[in-house]
Amino acid sequence: MSARLTRDNVAKVADLARLNLSEAELERYTEQLGAVLDHAEDVASLDLDGVPPTAHPLPLVNVLRDDVIVEGVDRDEVLSQAPSVEDRRFRVPAILGEEP
Amino acid sequence: MSTIPSTALEIAAAVRSGALSAREVLDDHLARIDAQDGEINAFNLVMTEEARAAAAAVDARVAAGEDPGPLAGVPLALKDNLCTRGIPTTCSSRILEGWRPPYDATVVQRVNAAGAVSIGKTNLDEFAMGSSTENSAFGPTRNPRDIGRVPGGSSGGSAAAVAAGFAPISLGSDTGGSIRQPAALCGVVGVKPTYGMVSRYGLIAFASSLDQIGPFSTTVADSALLLEAIAGYDGRDSTSIDAPAPSLLESLGRGVDGLRIGLVTELMGEGIAPDVAARVRQAADALTAAGAQVGEVSVPAAAYGLSAYYLIAPAEASSNLARYDGVRYGMRVDAPTTAEMNAATRTAGFGEEVKRRIMLGTYALSAGYYDAYYGKALKVRTLIVRDFEKAYADFDLLLTPTSPTTAFKFGDKTADPLSMYLNDICTIPTNLAGHPAMSVPFGGGSDGMPVGVQLLAPALGESTMFRAAAVLEAAAPALDEVWS
Amino acid sequence: MTLTHEPIEGEHFVVVSETTGASWEIVVGLEVHCELATVTKLFCGCPNMFGDEPNTNVCPVCLGLPGSLPVLNHNVVELAMRLGRALHCSVEPSVFARKNYFYPDMPKDYQVTQFDRPINADGWLDLPDGTRVGIERAHIEEDTGKNTHAGGSGRIHGADYSLVDYNRAGVPLVEIVGRPHIRHPEQAKTYIDELRAILLTTGASDAKMEEGSLRVDANVSVRLVGDNELGTRCEVKNLNSLRSLGRAIEYEARRQVDLLETGERIKQETRHWDEGAGRTRAGRSKEEAEDYRYFQEPDLVPLAPSAEWIAAIDAAMPPLPAARRDALALAAGIAVTETSVVIAVQRDLDQLALATIAAGGDGKRVLTHVEHNLSGDGAVDLNPATFAQLVTLELGGQLTATQAKTVLAEMVTSGRAPDVIAAELGFEAMDSSELEGIVDGLIAESPEEWADFCTGDEKKRGKLQGFFTGKIMKATKGQADGKAVAAILESRRAESL
Repeated sequence: MSARLTRDNVAKVADLARLNLSEAELERYTEQLGAVLDHAEDVASLDLDGVPPTAHPLPLVNVLRDDVIVEGVDRDEVLSQAPSVEDRRFRVPAILGEEP
Repeated sequence: MSTIPSTALEIAAAVRSGALSAREVLDDHLARIDAQDGEINAFNLVMTEEARAAAAAVDARVAAGEDPGPLAGVPLALKDNLCTRGIPTTCSSRILEGWRPPYDATVVQRVNAAGAVSIGKTNLDEFAMGSSTENSAFGPTRNPRDIGRVPGGSSGGSAAAVAAGFAPISLGSDTGGSIRQPAALCGVVGVKPTYGMVSRYGLIAFASSLDQIGPFSTTVADSALLLEAIAGYDGRDSTSIDAPAPSLLESLGRGVDGLRIGLVTELMGEGIAPDVAARVRQAADALTAAGAQVGEVSVPAAAYGLSAYYLIAPAEASSNLARYDGVRYGMRVDAPTTAEMNAATRTAGFGEEVKRRIMLGTYALSAGYYDAYYGKALKVRTLIVRDFEKAYADFDLLLTPTSPTTAFKFGDKTADPLSMYLNDICTIPTNLAGHPAMSVPFGGGSDGMPVGVQLLAPALGESTMFRAAAVLEAAAPALDEVWS
Repeated sequence: MTLTHEPIEGEHFVVVSETTGASWEIVVGLEVHCELATVTKLFCGCPNMFGDEPNTNVCPVCLGLPGSLPVLNHNVVELAMRLGRALHCSVEPSVFARKNYFYPDMPKDYQVTQFDRPINADGWLDLPDGTRVGIERAHIEEDTGKNTHAGGSGRIHGADYSLVDYNRAGVPLVEIVGRPHIRHPEQAKTYIDELRAILLTTGASDAKMEEGSLRVDANVSVRLVGDNELGTRCEVKNLNSLRSLGRAIEYEARRQVDLLETGERIKQETRHWDEGAGRTRAGRSKEEAEDYRYFQEPDLVPLAPSAEWIAAIDAAMPPLPAARRDALALAAGIAVTETSVVIAVQRDLDQLALATIAAGGDGKRVLTHVEHNLSGDGAVDLNPATFAQLVTLELGGQLTATQAKTVLAEMVTSGRAPDVIAAELGFEAMDSSELEGIVDGLIAESPEEWADFCTGDEKKRGKLQGFFTGKIMKATKGQADGKAVAAILESRRAESL
């Protein structure tokens, strides 16, 4: 029912996922992912009208915690693990584009 | 010759009574690791110093007349996707190489409080994605029964550590079979609890609605002991069941008299190796002999489990792994802009299987494809839950193979990802339903490699499941017993 | 229930085109993000505090460290529901969702929000001018960290690198999505004022635009007056004050009218308000729209507040600004849209006014005093009975308006009764013959000026009236009633003609 996965689909998805793929990898992944999705056609072709989705195996609702302060982490311990720090903040290269 | 007992229960009893010190138990296991792990590669990291300190602390408590806990002095291996404060936790990925979490996972806190001696972090398929541990960035783990074969995955290191005697117990995680399948391939006991029974706080997430932490051991009783120590409500995990840990050891010997046990038709047919199927039938006979009523039951939706899983799990994973962007921790590959840095880091830091699943998951969620793939998979999940409900109306437990084959050779299934995914057909349905299941060793295959049989129970049915496991354990043929 | 918007007669801010003479209508829908006033963050026990040292209010959860998990704050649900009910929304069972995108101020590179099933839906907010603005939804979501940009001008464009502080990451937000029922910039500002009052009244947020606990984005489109279709809208961001909001809406509306009148189409895009330049600018255009791949958050369970909880919130709801205005207007016998009514409620002096009216004070006069003379601290503690007494003295002619103002100020400070204060200050009613005598005396003193006053043109008369009034006030130590003085001068002038 769905069109076969194309190289362009994979390229777009790689971009969304912040992954750089070489041409060879694009080809290979398109082939492999296509095979997995073909196998999943058995699901895609099922008539599931009226079947509700199960997002979660547990029937829990309303799990809440009290609005009280709990000790966090040591800032230095966290910053010591960071690739780049300046002025007690995490440093990153230039950000192009605004926050969506 | 070592006088150290081989089970956790015995070790803990001996240490608590003062008959053995935690230190000597530890040294014994460290020596074994030293001698053999070069070949097996079960460990990413052996925590020698920390383990010595923990053992010393246990011995001090015993000396002071204090109760050191139910796991007193027992060496325990931790899958390297469990956060251990100040100790590298890598998920066997380059992208987290060297990362030291600033906090302990809940299960780590609990086993420490129970007196266990954490001995090391074990190897896994990168980010728990795989069924052979061949996807580790730090080299594969080898099956202690035959080093030319895989130990299974993704918790290959934890399974092998127990099978090789490096620790009597270990913890792994199971998303689609990642505890049970390696347990079967290595010939040890492996348990996936009910979803929500064990806190996921501090388990580095792969697929949030499927992941569970569980025990490996050589005996059913040891898994019961370890599960009792880690299970129970945790306020830091919103998906944690609000109940204390179940009591399992106490009811272990109650047998299976009168229990109705169903062989799942869809998981005994083609796709299962004949020698494996034969062992499952032998296990069914053993249960009958012990007083259970064994029948056949159909769980039709189980046939769709693989497809649903390979849409749901990668979808959740693609989101869970987005945070590895080189900003706050882990590897960073520099670039002029943040977006380029993110991509360069992730490209260099993730292995092929991880990238494959991230892309599969991203695609399944993307605009225009959500309904066809992810949306439908969630509905299939409903069908699986319903089919299990129907089955459990007539049966107390279900019985299946754990893995379709015994341990395969390295490289056998790496060329075609789909062939690797097919290893999980027996284990996946229970993750989708959130039910407990466990693998119990039950003799060998025609190649002499271990076979595991899988028991399945409805949600919170651990106690019944463990009873049946104990019966199977007692009746299990020796590994080298030839099947006629 | 469908919400319809009735345009206000004659109150349209209509842009009349200089080129074509056509009348264009502005259509505005506002999206407001408010930070909830909880002690801790949305999913963890870190302090919800503004202004602390960077990265000191963080933990594994709000940093999104591997292995961390969210747990929902009870008080967030309480405040979100209070806000929703104050906006007449229905509280629905809801779930959380992940909105997936990469940005360095997002610790998990996804934001936990509510997508297809928000907690509050289908409400409205009544403005003082009578407009009912529909509220589509008010949902819970988490805030991001903060980027500061180094190098360049401090703005993101041209920055060499950025620094990220995650103190704000995980702070609870409610996003209020208003329907496009607003029709002019002033109305937009009033909407925000009203919303802020509701946020403060319910305790949901301290709603300070300057601290970022209230953020406004405006969706602006235009259409010809009489047209029922909505035009293409642009989202305007970076509005840091009410003034910017008003200016930006007006600018954007005119920009769109100009484009449409030259035959161009409006490109649906996000634009940023540049306060310095007084214009909006297109955001950096992306190749394609971002695909957020929303799916239900698997680390959280659904939320279904009980009927009892909702009922308790309704029962404890304090009187909201619209209802307070209604009550005050009714008691004072004036229109609810009067400025004095709006201001009295804004200053939390409506209770005082109501009590004063109940004690016999004239409603209109009471509210005039509130509007012009009671803006400082302490006013709320005024004794209503004495306030009523003051108003009665004033209206009875025993005190002039100026005197009443002075007495009132003293009442606020000292809490004493108006007649006591008036006596002390020597404020006594000046009887009219005494006043006339003083006026006549001053006229006699300045015959030349008086002649000019009587015969001069309007301008000269105005100036000389000031001259005489000043002298009279000096002579009476300010106790003369200004109106009475003017009346006497006019009557003397008339007599002399």
